[in-house]
Amino acid sequence: MIDRGYYAGFGGAYLPEILVATFDELIDAFHKAKADPAFWQEYADIMSTYSCRPTPLTFAQNLTRHFGGAKIYIKREDLNHTGAHKANNVMGQGLLVKRMGKTRVIAETGAGQHGVATATMAAKFGFRCTIYMGEVDVERQRPNVFWMERLGAEVVAVKEGTRILKDAINEAFRDWVSNMDDTHYVLGTACGPHPFPEMVTYFQSIIGKEARKQIMECEGRLPSRVYACVGGGSNAMGIFSGFMSDPVELVGVEAGGRGLDTGMHASRLCSKDASVGIAQGYKTYFLQNEDGQMRETHSVAAGLDYVGVSPILAHLRDRGRVRFEAATDREVVDALALTIRKEGVIPALESAHAFVQAFKEAPGLYRDDIVIINQSGRGDKDIFTIADAFEDPAWKEFIKEKAEKYNA
Amino acid sequence: MLENYLREKLEEKSILLMTHIVIGYPSFEESLRIVEAMVEAGVDLMELQIPFSEPIADGPVILHANQSSLAAGSSVRKCFEFAGAVAERFSIPFLFMSYYNILFKYGTARFTAEMAARGLRGAIVPDLPPEEGQDYIDAMEQNSLDPIYIFSPATTDERMKYIARYGRGFIYCVARKGVTGLDTTFSKQLEAYLARCRAATDLPLALGFGVRDREDIDFLKGKVDIAVIGTQTIRIMEEQGVEAVGDFIRSLR
Repeated sequence: MIDRGYYAGFGGAYLPEILVATFDELIDAFHKAKADPAFWQEYADIMSTYSCRPTPLTFAQNLTRHFGGAKIYIKREDLNHTGAHKANNVMGQGLLVKRMGKTRVIAETGAGQHGVATATMAAKFGFRCTIYMGEVDVERQRPNVFWMERLGAEVVAVKEGTRILKDAINEAFRDWVSNMDDTHYVLGTACGPHPFPEMVTYFQSIIGKEARKQIMECEGRLPSRVYACVGGGSNAMGIFSGFMSDPVELVGVEAGGRGLDTGMHASRLCSKDASVGIAQGYKTYFLQNEDGQMRETHSVAAGLDYVGVSPILAHLRDRGRVRFEAATDREVVDALALTIRKEGVIPALESAHAFVQAFKEAPGLYRDDIVIINQSGRGDKDIFTIADAFEDPAWKEFIKEKAEKYNA
Repeated sequence: MLENYLREKLEEKSILLMTHIVIGYPSFEESLRIVEAMVEAGVDLMELQIPFSEPIADGPVILHANQSSLAAGSSVRKCFEFAGAVAERFSIPFLFMSYYNILFKYGTARFTAEMAARGLRGAIVPDLPPEEGQDYIDAMEQNSLDPIYIFSPATTDERMKYIARYGRGFIYCVARKGVTGLDTTFSKQLEAYLARCRAATDLPLALGFGVRDREDIDFLKGKVDIAVIGTQTIRIMEEQGVEAVGDFIRSLR
């Protein structure tokens, strides 16, 4: 290994020896693909015929009027096949898997979006597929488990540790060290050992490329600010990368859970509970105790409920290029309700974090300011979680009746 | 240095035994009893694993032991105290095994200085390849401690030579792909791999992952210098109690 993927001290490749050769092979395949113009064309083609790229940039007229400040645009990653930006990364890595001649893929999943996207890609390309998902997430995202299994994937409920996303990543690594000859690990976010942060960002950069072109076409000028939610950081890196060299303020919004002072959150870049460490093969800010043991995290959004964060974002924060904020569970549910009613679009709970911060800031901006919010995924697939978040009584009644019918 | 100790022992014995415990599992008191039983049964050196919340190279048995120890209130401080106490009481060499974050958060320089002060001899850090570990390598050297490096069947001959440049004490050869505690086939293929390891370094070789019984150890005699018993003693302890550990070790050679 020569290039070890450092971003001013963050990143790296802290690998067990057994995986070093596998990573060398992956880095080689990725660099060759990146240098081949036909590869990006093949990727863009498949994303336009199998998914819905380019995804629209929607002017949110009613929200704009409601807040009376900046013009609000929404980048519609929810309109991707399988309902989230995850498809971008997964199809890109799927094409690499074909190039490497491997026949099986594995993935971790939190909210289930990355798992469903991977299972879809595996079905299309004819790969065998195993998805690792924390037991807690299996319960809160059961419909996604149903779809993964229908798509032919084996879903393994991870019962170790905190039983959420980080534990699913550990189990996927344990599978990979046993089966790397025929298996590729489709890591779902811009985290993990090099080259994953760079590679996932590369595939997700399609979001930012499109968004910049679209806003220039319809407004003829750049936005003042771009907002994205940050779990591992892949949708944020995707949209931010389109505006990195522009005078545009980039705002990442983390899961504030029940509040940053409660300890029940997943904020690595805005809370005092995080510090620099090394786990899961890379160096970044982790929510950990003074001994270096990872803490439990909390978020209403399973996809943001993660102890680490992209090393590239850690670097961009320290450099002052990206500002980070946190949104609480309560604020997220309110922003979601407002967006649904005002615009008729249904963001995922994860994406709604970005809306919270944009809504806080839009009224203070001028009317000729523009902001773009990345709607990384759609919320209607999260009906069980969102119905619970809204505490909808009629829904509860329906579920009870449905259960009784199964019992009958 | 550790290498000299191993060479001396190898004059007396055809193969050495290294065992492993997770500190604080099932409790600190029982960890001490296990070390005592192992030393009495004649093990030649021991790995003491400081538990970590994300042990990605370990299989289900050791993973569970890590989590139980942490849930019962284990801390790095307590592990140092434990290690210092056993190193003082028993004459065999003790090594730390842990993941890099434990050293990094403690401060690698401070961690290695404390290892030396407490009488530890070396460390195995499976998620710290030499490329990422220059601070660690320097700090170990300054404290006369041996960084133990790992070969795997996927490691090329060229890379084995590269790794061996940084290794001290011995090289830990992982028998197969996968995590700790799964079955290993002791085969011709393993023999060929061990021959590659031998050709890459003059350091003593240890073989770990899946070594379970006397038959495995007999197979390894003449091929490696040290057999590593990891998960199997935890299994024996879980199934038959701490008392069974000594007899199990005695049954191995």
